[in-house]
Amino acid sequence: MKLKSLLVAVGLGAAALTAFAADITGAGATFPYPMYAKWAEAYKKQSGNGLNYQSIGSSGGIKQIRAKTVTFGASDAPVKGEELDKDGMVQFPAIIGGTVPVVNLEGFKPGELRISGPVLAEVYMGTIAKWNDAKLAALNPGKSLPDAAITVVHRADGSGTTFNFTDYLSAVSKDWSDKVGKGAAVKWPAASSVGGKGNEGVAANVNRVKGSIGYVEYAYVKKNNMNFLQMQNADGKFVAPDDLTFAAAAAGADWFSVPGMGVSMVNAKGATSWPISTASFILMYKEPGDKAASQEAIKFFDWAFKNGKQMAAELDYVPLPDALTAQIRQKVWSQIKH
Amino acid sequence: MNTSPSAPASASSQVQAVARRQRLEDSLFHLITWLFSMLVLLALLGIIASLFITAWPALSKFGSEFIWRVEWDIVNEEFGAAIAIFGTVISAAIALLIAVPLSFGIALFLTENCPVTLRRPLGTAIELLAAVPSIIYGMFGLFIFAPLFAQYGQPALQSTLGQMPIIGHLFGGAMNGIGILAAGIVLAFMILPFIAAVMRDVFEIVPPVLRESAYGLGCTTWEVVRYIVLPYTQKGVIGGVMLGLGRALGETMAVTFVIGNSQRITGSLFSPGSSIASTLANEFGEAADLHMSALFALGLLLFAITFVVLALAKLLIARGEKAKGTKT
Amino acid sequence: MDLAIYRRRKLVNRIGLTLSMGAMALGLIVLLWILVVLFKNGFSAIDWAMFTESTPAPGSEGGGLANAIVGSLLMVVVTALVSTPIGIFPGVYLAEYGDQSKTASLTRFVTDIMLSAPSIVLGLFVYAVMVAQMKHFSGWAGTMALSLIAIPVVVRTTENMLRLVPGGLREAAFGLGAPRWKVATFVTLRAARAGVMTGLLLALARISGETAPLLFTALNNQFFSTNMNAPMANLPVVIFQFAMSPYDNWVRLAGGGALLITLTVLVLNIIARVFFRDQGSR
Repeated sequence: MKLKSLLVAVGLGAAALTAFAADITGAGATFPYPMYAKWAEAYKKQSGNGLNYQSIGSSGGIKQIRAKTVTFGASDAPVKGEELDKDGMVQFPAIIGGTVPVVNLEGFKPGELRISGPVLAEVYMGTIAKWNDAKLAALNPGKSLPDAAITVVHRADGSGTTFNFTDYLSAVSKDWSDKVGKGAAVKWPAASSVGGKGNEGVAANVNRVKGSIGYVEYAYVKKNNMNFLQMQNADGKFVAPDDLTFAAAAAGADWFSVPGMGVSMVNAKGATSWPISTASFILMYKEPGDKAASQEAIKFFDWAFKNGKQMAAELDYVPLPDALTAQIRQKVWSQIKH
Repeated sequence: MNTSPSAPASASSQVQAVARRQRLEDSLFHLITWLFSMLVLLALLGIIASLFITAWPALSKFGSEFIWRVEWDIVNEEFGAAIAIFGTVISAAIALLIAVPLSFGIALFLTENCPVTLRRPLGTAIELLAAVPSIIYGMFGLFIFAPLFAQYGQPALQSTLGQMPIIGHLFGGAMNGIGILAAGIVLAFMILPFIAAVMRDVFEIVPPVLRESAYGLGCTTWEVVRYIVLPYTQKGVIGGVMLGLGRALGETMAVTFVIGNSQRITGSLFSPGSSIASTLANEFGEAADLHMSALFALGLLLFAITFVVLALAKLLIARGEKAKGTKT
Repeated sequence: MDLAIYRRRKLVNRIGLTLSMGAMALGLIVLLWILVVLFKNGFSAIDWAMFTESTPAPGSEGGGLANAIVGSLLMVVVTALVSTPIGIFPGVYLAEYGDQSKTASLTRFVTDIMLSAPSIVLGLFVYAVMVAQMKHFSGWAGTMALSLIAIPVVVRTTENMLRLVPGGLREAAFGLGAPRWKVATFVTLRAARAGVMTGLLLALARISGETAPLLFTALNNQFFSTNMNAPMANLPVVIFQFAMSPYDNWVRLAGGGALLITLTVLVLNIIARVFFRDQGSR
């Protein structure tokens, strides 16, 4: 009776076990995960080849590609040139996005309030603890900020978004750079700070706690209609986050100035550049063990660069400009043996 | 018995052959079942060993002061378990403090006062609560409980208990609805169904004759439960409470959403903190090298805490049995 | 009779019973609240598509939970197959030879420890021995983690159920000349089989909602796959991922998945109880 049904289940299960999964495997960064997932779904519909991307975090991705258990690794924080040479890998950016500070303050429309880099650093350090602080008021003339405590919301888990954010804070504040530094997870100094899991967690916390400030990837700002802040970029202008300002930041970057294209785009020059933009990188071997899978992966990215721009815009990421992708094909992919 | 003279000899050798075979089969059976038991034992030893090995780099670097070090700096690779242990233990303690009396009340109601027709559906209702995945409790805590707690609960606590001299500090600080106290309350509702179900089950198997003789002597319902039922079911009740405590200590999802995930210890229950399970769940993804090792060390400590709690429970039960005279 | 004492006792009784009613009411209110939220959010998601389509990519429309449901089912079935023998045999050992041997009391103690072991620590262990060694996540690793949680439950309930079998039954079998192993299996185990099944069902109910151990072992898979040697989609991790995301269809699917798990666990629990009760009344 019960034994028979169990046996049937085993039989079915065993038969099913022989089915195969995707051909290309990738692992790593969480920041671009929605983008890769969307591309993978469309690519599978079009070509029949699947891509199994595991969003286990940048360091997990680097570990897996070093162990040669995946076809490509993905990392938000770029790997240094010397390490790439030592491992025999190449690195190229795949997608561009931005991190945006968001707040929960009643009576203000999204994008109405402004902040500058150094002041943002001080808020996250805890030195500015109230919304009606003089420095915040100076940036927002005519707006009456409440006499309320600031609750700082950050990521509880390690992530590329945090790396991007702290990279920026380190660039604009020597105090932050000395005391805290940049990383996928750091020791948040502000006394009244709360951690949320994932971009969703930060968004949820900011939405619930009055007088809080947090940082999220741009997609979450738009989808949840959150109250974002305008930021003052390196040129001194105040900009709002959208794909144009992210693209402006990318345009200013000199991609091949750093070996491995690991250019940091934070605090980019340009009148309309968003100061907390970032690219997410792909790591592949010059001499891969499975040449066929490696070529499949390149085909996937080639397809995504050509056909994935609309999807990127829908998810509020910024696709790489054609000039850059042409250079990637010419200078980086040519190094991968097939 | 009428058998031919030659029959007994062959019959007894046949019987002896059967007996020998059966003895062999018995020893084989004993061996197989013993082997499987050993497997379970080995599994536990394996778990402890492998956790220890992976945790070794962190343990050797920080030594035994890892346990009370108040530090969790990933960038500079300075780790200490005190923050996580504090959050784990305090939130579990709060959960027990709330859940045990409530469970006792529910069990009492279901076994003594409840109209018979309602007993089965209400009991099923409690089991339904136990079936809800813990992530639902976490989301319930973050989206529904926390705002209400911030708006009504925390100010009420701060204006009453927060004004008292010594324990006032416990209720100070910002009131944003999440934190150690909130995590404790959400945990309480999560373990409530388990403890209540166990208590109800053990209350039910008390022999009716014991209860009825107490009633016959003129005891009130309360007295029957307090002086007859509880002592009789002591072992089961402690077991149920320990089950709840074990779940509270190890619970990940429900806690991660509401504990605030802040790596610091302050004096207030309203402030955010971290538990061992929430730290593991949050930071495992991007951890590498020493960080990973420190996380495994935390896992090992959690295991040790659960072990200590279990040993204490067994001690309590043994002491109780001795007092009752059922065991020497 | 001293009226004062009598009145005090009556008062204490009143207070105690009122408090217990209050506790019951509080428990019921929270329960109803959570259930209403769960059903409200989950019901709208349960339709044919949820069982036939795989998880959608971010921003894509529609989609379902087919790969997660199948993945979870696969892992639970394999876990059941693995934990049944590994759980029943020690249970038999403890019941048959348990009073005579030191190994038995040690095993019982160890089982208790593993029963209360935090599931996230068991997930860490499987990560260290399987995932790190195999260098990739897999459904097998997920199964192993779930088995480690299920086996102690099966051992415990098997032993308890076997002990409940009346001694007279076993002695009658011995009296007929049956060897010990036949008594243990064909008589005692067979008599207790309903209870043992109950234990298995309870163990399965326990592992159905576990998220943390799967996070480190089976991870998740966007597509439909029955390859146990690769990351495997499963309901709890999918719910975890989808629940707080900004995509509406993801949130809807998370609600549906949560309701599905709750109902499955409840049904398993009810079957276990009814099964056992029927057997007991025979």
